[in-house]
Amino acid sequence: MNTILAAVAFLIVAPVIGGLISGVDRIITARMQGRVGPPVLQPFLDIAKLFEKEKVGVWQAPVVLIFLHLAFMVVTGLIFFGGGDLLLAIFALTLSEVFLILAAYSTRSPYAHVGAGRELIQLMAVEPVIIITAVGFYMVTGSFAASDIFSFAGLPILLLPGVFLSMVCILTFKLRKSPFDLSSSHHAHQELVKGVMTEFSGSTLGMVEIAHLYELVILLGLMYLFFAGNLLLGLVAVVIVYLLEILADNSTSRVRWLPALRAAWVITLVLGGGNIIILSML
Amino acid sequence: MIDTNLLSVMYMELLLFLILFPLIPAIMLYYLWSENIRGIVVTIGAGLTALGSILLLAITTGQNQSFFTVPVSGIAILMLILEILIAGYLVIVSLKAKQYLVIGFVLLQLILIGAAEWTGLQGHAETPDLIIDQFSAIMAVIIGVIGGLICIYALGYMREYQKHHPDLFDQRPRFFAVLFLFLSAMFGLVFSNNLIWMYFFWEVTTLCSFLLIRYPETSEAISNAFRALLYNLIGGACFPLAILFIILTGGPENLGLGSLIAAGPAVALIPACLIAIAGCAKSAQLPFSSWLVGAMVAPTPVSALLHSSTMVKAGVYVIARFAPVFEGQILGMLIALIGGVTFLVASCIAVSQSNAKKVLAYSTIANLGLIVACAGVGTPEALWAAIFLIIFHAISKSLLFLSVGTVEHRIGSRDIEDMTGLAGPMPRVGLMMLIGIAGMFLAPFGMLISKWASIHAFSQAVPPFGMILIIILAYGSAVTVFFWAKWMGKLLEVRKWEESIEFAISKAEWVALIILTALTIIACFGIAPISTYLLEPLLVSMYGPISPLISQSNMMIMVLMLALIVVLPMMLMKIFVPKRNLKRYMGGVTVENGLMEGSLGMKREVSLGNLYFEDLFPEAGLSRYGSAFTIVLIAMVALVILVWGAI
Amino acid sequence: MAYLSKSPWILHYDASSCNGCDIEILACLTPRYDVERFGILNTGNPKHADILVITGGVNEQNRSVIKNLYDQMPNPKVVVGVGVCACTGGVFRECYNIAGGVGEVIPVDVWIPGCSVRPEQIIDGIVKAIGILEQKRTEMERAEAAA
Repeated sequence: MNTILAAVAFLIVAPVIGGLISGVDRIITARMQGRVGPPVLQPFLDIAKLFEKEKVGVWQAPVVLIFLHLAFMVVTGLIFFGGGDLLLAIFALTLSEVFLILAAYSTRSPYAHVGAGRELIQLMAVEPVIIITAVGFYMVTGSFAASDIFSFAGLPILLLPGVFLSMVCILTFKLRKSPFDLSSSHHAHQELVKGVMTEFSGSTLGMVEIAHLYELVILLGLMYLFFAGNLLLGLVAVVIVYLLEILADNSTSRVRWLPALRAAWVITLVLGGGNIIILSML
Repeated sequence: MIDTNLLSVMYMELLLFLILFPLIPAIMLYYLWSENIRGIVVTIGAGLTALGSILLLAITTGQNQSFFTVPVSGIAILMLILEILIAGYLVIVSLKAKQYLVIGFVLLQLILIGAAEWTGLQGHAETPDLIIDQFSAIMAVIIGVIGGLICIYALGYMREYQKHHPDLFDQRPRFFAVLFLFLSAMFGLVFSNNLIWMYFFWEVTTLCSFLLIRYPETSEAISNAFRALLYNLIGGACFPLAILFIILTGGPENLGLGSLIAAGPAVALIPACLIAIAGCAKSAQLPFSSWLVGAMVAPTPVSALLHSSTMVKAGVYVIARFAPVFEGQILGMLIALIGGVTFLVASCIAVSQSNAKKVLAYSTIANLGLIVACAGVGTPEALWAAIFLIIFHAISKSLLFLSVGTVEHRIGSRDIEDMTGLAGPMPRVGLMMLIGIAGMFLAPFGMLISKWASIHAFSQAVPPFGMILIIILAYGSAVTVFFWAKWMGKLLEVRKWEESIEFAISKAEWVALIILTALTIIACFGIAPISTYLLEPLLVSMYGPISPLISQSNMMIMVLMLALIVVLPMMLMKIFVPKRNLKRYMGGVTVENGLMEGSLGMKREVSLGNLYFEDLFPEAGLSRYGSAFTIVLIAMVALVILVWGAI
Repeated sequence: MAYLSKSPWILHYDASSCNGCDIEILACLTPRYDVERFGILNTGNPKHADILVITGGVNEQNRSVIKNLYDQMPNPKVVVGVGVCACTGGVFRECYNIAGGVGEVIPVDVWIPGCSVRPEQIIDGIVKAIGILEQKRTEMERAEAAA
């Protein structure tokens, strides 16, 4: 019963929380740049506006694929916050990402094509650390079920510092933040126009944005798991991690794909891989 | 209640039927030149074989492992004579082609197996010849149904093939005869309990493979065929060594698969490792893997049947058979590492390939590597994953091969770059290809479930090997997602709805493609029943009571996700119709029908290339390092065996 | 609900401006004016934009470009001509390659004359454009309801 409740709560609350977080994100970013920034509710206003626009496209397939992207992002969240298997949630997340990439490819637009290729590189960069994280949690808590990890009494981070650090680095990819915002960026400063999102407009883009809000909550939830035993500490840690991401976003410039991929893989291998190998030997 | 005695007789007759029946169409086809009659014979032969295998699976459900002795004397002698004949044939062919290394290995194997038979002949009869349990039955269905479908597909494909290669002498009678001979040998292999029998069928599959790879008779095809033969013989030499070892140490009563595994690691580990090395060669693990890539010169049905979905499965089948022996052993972990390294290296190489058949070949090698890794880990959950990998890989990969073959004949290319927007002009085949690819790596489809189970299994394996395998798997699957997703994207990059070019695809091809597509989806829905009714009883009989595997609720989630994927797109395609279609954005440049207006009003084609990263994932370099690494691993296995043997 | 006026995204196109007006538009994004306060974003992509902001007169080379950009914007949309060149062609009006103001190619909703335009004027013009945008949206809704 509890898990179903949690799942339903996720369905409604997650976009609200995600929207507020990204609203605050935009204000903090603006303040870092010496600006005032938009209202906190701006992300909601943006999305609402997108749904007011005319429904245009290139052909049917991209919209359908974007809907699947959103649907499976929600499924991921339901599995994760419903206490399901962590690996299953990760696979659903990958599936959702693949739908976004396929949608971008299917528009056959040059910018979206390059963006889709880079999004795939990002996916390739991120995938290993996420799997290693799941296995790390299994080694600490003895279960892959998110519910067991949420209710774990100790602090997993004490045994998984390397995995945590590599996860913090990799989060930048997932949040589309500089220096790893290869495929699409929040800022209008890149050569790719809007990368994967170039051809999506109106409600299609709105669905992408909503999916991103869900994704934000899921990823922060994953970060929270490292501090599962202590609610307060966990929330503080998640806030600090997110602030660090904003800081990195505003103080670095984008790197090319090869250094990004190398960085991600090496960090994952040394910190994440090293961590779980040592842990298994103990 | 059927009398159990009667049942067991029926049972054995069914096994013998499956082994011997394909020989009848094989012999008929060899002498048949009429295309129409050939079509009938192939269809009936393949149909009966498939039905027989399904019947076998139905009977086996709920039964325990059982063994049979064929009550006919002289089979062993007959097999030895046939082995000598095969060896003689290979020696003659190799002499003509000046392949002296091959001759050396043929003779070496003949001496080894001769010695084994001679020393072990007296105890030979005590070992039951045949084994049947759920694993064998599953393999039989894969061989019967998928093999049968591919044979039917080959009818249409080979007609086109001969049209495309007018200078090639029409050897189709022999071609189809060998296909059926191969089915027979595969059935024999998976039903053999007696290792001497198994070795015989093993050699026949090697021979079939050799004959089919050299079918195009180009110099490239012939040299690749000899490479395949050589590598299989090098690996295959370990097989009679294992038999010899068993006879010399444990006594001939351990020659049966069942009794050998039951004897436990103390007796079985060394022969199991030797056979595993033979299996690695057959299933194209590094350092042997180049033969399988070379084998892609053969016509597509051969690639599909032998080199992706069926024959290479023989190698992983025997390794998986010995999984209980490998459980928790360092030697097992070394074997698993060979598989793991192969998985990673082959996946990386697949990124750099744009030739569709080569991508499929490397992905086959990679997936076989994963199966070997699971079998080497050897826990019940790992074996569960390995068997599911075998099932789903066979279905999806054959579907992919066949659709690539069909596309190749329509567009005249097997390059992925030439398949840009294929979903436009070939909507149905394109969709099948998309389903096949999705079956290889996406979440609710079968392969991913196996990957999931293997992560579960690896995380409990002997540290630190388990973690190393996890890291390998994590990186390998990231790369896998990359190369499959970019292929899917390529297919979807539709310029506009063009005229269909799906005409002139023969009925035989459609039948095979449609059934395989349906199987890809149905098999995923059937995971829970397959697991409950086939695999769990099997694992219980092999390991005793087992801890719960992937829970039913999680499998239900998977099934729901699959239902979403199957149902949603069809519904949404009708709901989400854009009010207006805009032109693609290209910085304000006018784009019409895929042509952009360049400077001076010149029209240029918009061409979008995929990423291949030849510098990051070079084929030659990666396979060199991979081979070196796996050779070291094999050497370590050999060293451990030698040291242990000495003690 | 009128969310459109709370989140107007602009696309800025430099037709053949001397860059004077362009710099003033960018000045609107800087800390002193910070138009993101009103939810205004510079998207650089017609498919995401609501307001097309054009500086400079139209030349013969980019007629088709402006037309394409305008066509690729989803409805409702407005066009703002920024600077005297965008309005009439300005000092370049008599040049052999200049076709004239933006109005020659696409319908313009708001004109902001000036050389160069001050950021306050631009913001004022955009606010006017938002009003027209809102009007167009209600018209579009009415037309949809009728159909």
